[in-house]
Amino acid sequence: MAIMSVREALQSALHEAMDDQRAFIVGEDIGHYGSTYGVTAGFLEQYGPERIRDSPIAESGIIGIGIGAAMLGMRPICEIMSVNFSLLAFDQIINHAAKIHYMFGGQINVPMVLRTTNGWTQLSATHSQSFDSMFSYVPGLKVVAPATPADMKALFKASFEDPDPVIFIEHTLMYGVKGEVPDEPYEVKIGESRLAREGKDITIVTYSRPVHLCMAVADDLAKEGIECEIIDLRTLRPMDMSKALESFRKTNHALVVAEDWETHGMTAEISAQLYEHGFDYLDAPIARVGFKEVPFPYARNLEQQVVVTPDRIKAAIKKVLA
Amino acid sequence: MASTPDVTEQHAGLSNEQLLDMYRQMVLIRNFEEKCQEGYTRAQIGGFLHLYVGEEAIAVGSMAALRPEDHILTHYRDHGHAIARGLDPKALMAELFGKATGCAQGLGGSMHLVDVSKNFWGGYAIIGAHLVMACGMGTALKIRGDKQVVIVYFGDGSTNGGEFYEAMNFAQLGKLPVIFMCENNLVAMGTPIEIHSAVTEIYRKGCASDVRSERVDGNDPIEVYEATKRALDYALEGRGPSLIEAVSYRFRGHSAQDTQKYRTKEDVEKHRAQDPIVTFRQQLLNEGILNEDQDKQLLHEVEQEVAEAVKFADESPVAEEKWLDPQSAYANPIPPQA
Ligand SMILES: Cc1ncc(C[n+]2csc(CCOP(=O)(O)OP(=O)(O)O)c2C)c(N)n1
Repeated sequence: MAIMSVREALQSALHEAMDDQRAFIVGEDIGHYGSTYGVTAGFLEQYGPERIRDSPIAESGIIGIGIGAAMLGMRPICEIMSVNFSLLAFDQIINHAAKIHYMFGGQINVPMVLRTTNGWTQLSATHSQSFDSMFSYVPGLKVVAPATPADMKALFKASFEDPDPVIFIEHTLMYGVKGEVPDEPYEVKIGESRLAREGKDITIVTYSRPVHLCMAVADDLAKEGIECEIIDLRTLRPMDMSKALESFRKTNHALVVAEDWETHGMTAEISAQLYEHGFDYLDAPIARVGFKEVPFPYARNLEQQVVVTPDRIKAAIKKVLA
Repeated sequence: MASTPDVTEQHAGLSNEQLLDMYRQMVLIRNFEEKCQEGYTRAQIGGFLHLYVGEEAIAVGSMAALRPEDHILTHYRDHGHAIARGLDPKALMAELFGKATGCAQGLGGSMHLVDVSKNFWGGYAIIGAHLVMACGMGTALKIRGDKQVVIVYFGDGSTNGGEFYEAMNFAQLGKLPVIFMCENNLVAMGTPIEIHSAVTEIYRKGCASDVRSERVDGNDPIEVYEATKRALDYALEGRGPSLIEAVSYRFRGHSAQDTQKYRTKEDVEKHRAQDPIVTFRQQLLNEGILNEDQDKQLLHEVEQEVAEAVKFADESPVAEEKWLDPQSAYANPIPPQA
């Protein structure tokens, strides 16, 4: 086992992908700039400008390049610097990447990975959003949002090898998070959730960065005698609810946590599935914690209250168990 | 003599007072941003901080040509435009500090400065978006027959996306009173212009829509002033949009976090030799429009003004919690029925 950061795990996965001569990376500031979050630092020097393609600021173009190349059998890795900018490519992503296989009767595949980042740090309204639920809403897309270095590495590999377009969601506040990554080859399939922590009192269903917040809260609450069970979904579409439901049948209490606006989004879908398939096991209403329902404010005192925090998670757990 | 006809001719009709005021604004922007950098280092300012250091002549030269009734849209590198338009440095610094007294109540921060009373319609941070919005404003002015223009500021990197071409075409089709001011600082974030654009002379991109286009020295506020004046007159005559490419250089990183791996120290030093403030100051001194004592006095006043802005920002109350109410996102709040 090696200890790696999320950034290092991704770098290692990307290098492995680049061993496949069909792979190339296209995105803004991935080469000369040295990469916005340092993930592709050194790649331009190692693989050259044909395969590490610094793109103009043209997100729709980046995804169009990915789709076209994928149709001809390449394995493009498209990087959209921040998920906020993916909105400029929604036509390519939703009308095209997601549809081409089905619309042409299964004759064409689009094996492309779109890497992008969620995240916030006083970046204000247009630079702090997450669109997890918007991507996950679309049949034809696969959506992956891992939380740990080991899962980042394995799920990137799975995404890269998948014949369908995969939205691979990273998090700007998670690149430094460290964890164990096996030395020997290992596999995580797209569509497999993970039991992150065992507990008997409440089931917390979450993914991406909030997994770490929930783990810390669970450690805290254990001191008070509250045992949280944490399910890390890892993949949002397809979404594996089997472990979450199994846990819910045991704890009869659930909290759903996501960095997504609180209504109409990921937490709505996850709780709907818990209600739908776990109604008989319900001892209390399911609670959810997400972003407060406003565009992101710049001011730190306000932003701190909009985002998902350990305090908000803790309060929600107490409410469910009250 | 304050303004002999010769001198006036020489400076595109600008009086000595106007020239001195332009110089003062450039110094104010520079000084203001030095304090922004300090505030960022001290974590009083957060988020992204895009400094305009080196590009001051563009904002100051162009704004000098505009009238109070003209409209401004700009990008996230907006401190210079805001100050040149006469926005209150106190309200700007307070915005950067995330305070309730900020020009956007602390909701926008550095990238989204605004003052509607000055027709300063905000800084925008998604590349390309405000170019098309400028056409919307131009359309409104055209329909109403208002004798006003819209100026929109953006970088060289913002001329590669669809919205740039959409905007140029809309503007030319509608003969809209829009001035597209491209601040070509030769790099987009960390990607040099030769790598991000097939055509490196941005003004040549206007030809796709037959837009009247020109390229000027963006380090010379008078050249920028003249080009803007030409574009303004052209628009007011009802002849349509112009694209101005003002070539300059940013001395600092793209934002406060940039390691600047994409360029050498020598490159930056070479351009620093053409620092627009140093050059303009020397010009004014040589021509006897400014003397050393006046210059000292001016610098002193500017430092004073910025220090007051910082103090004001520091002492102001934090942003108001009413902005956490979901209804605050609406002009006409309709609370959900539970
Ligand atoms: C649609 C979109 N894509 C990417 C970004 C990230 N980004 C912000 S500024 C910038 C570079 C812009 O360069 P340029 O237009 O030349 O303006 P400059 O910053 O040099 O003033 C990039 C890539 C963004 N804000 N919006």
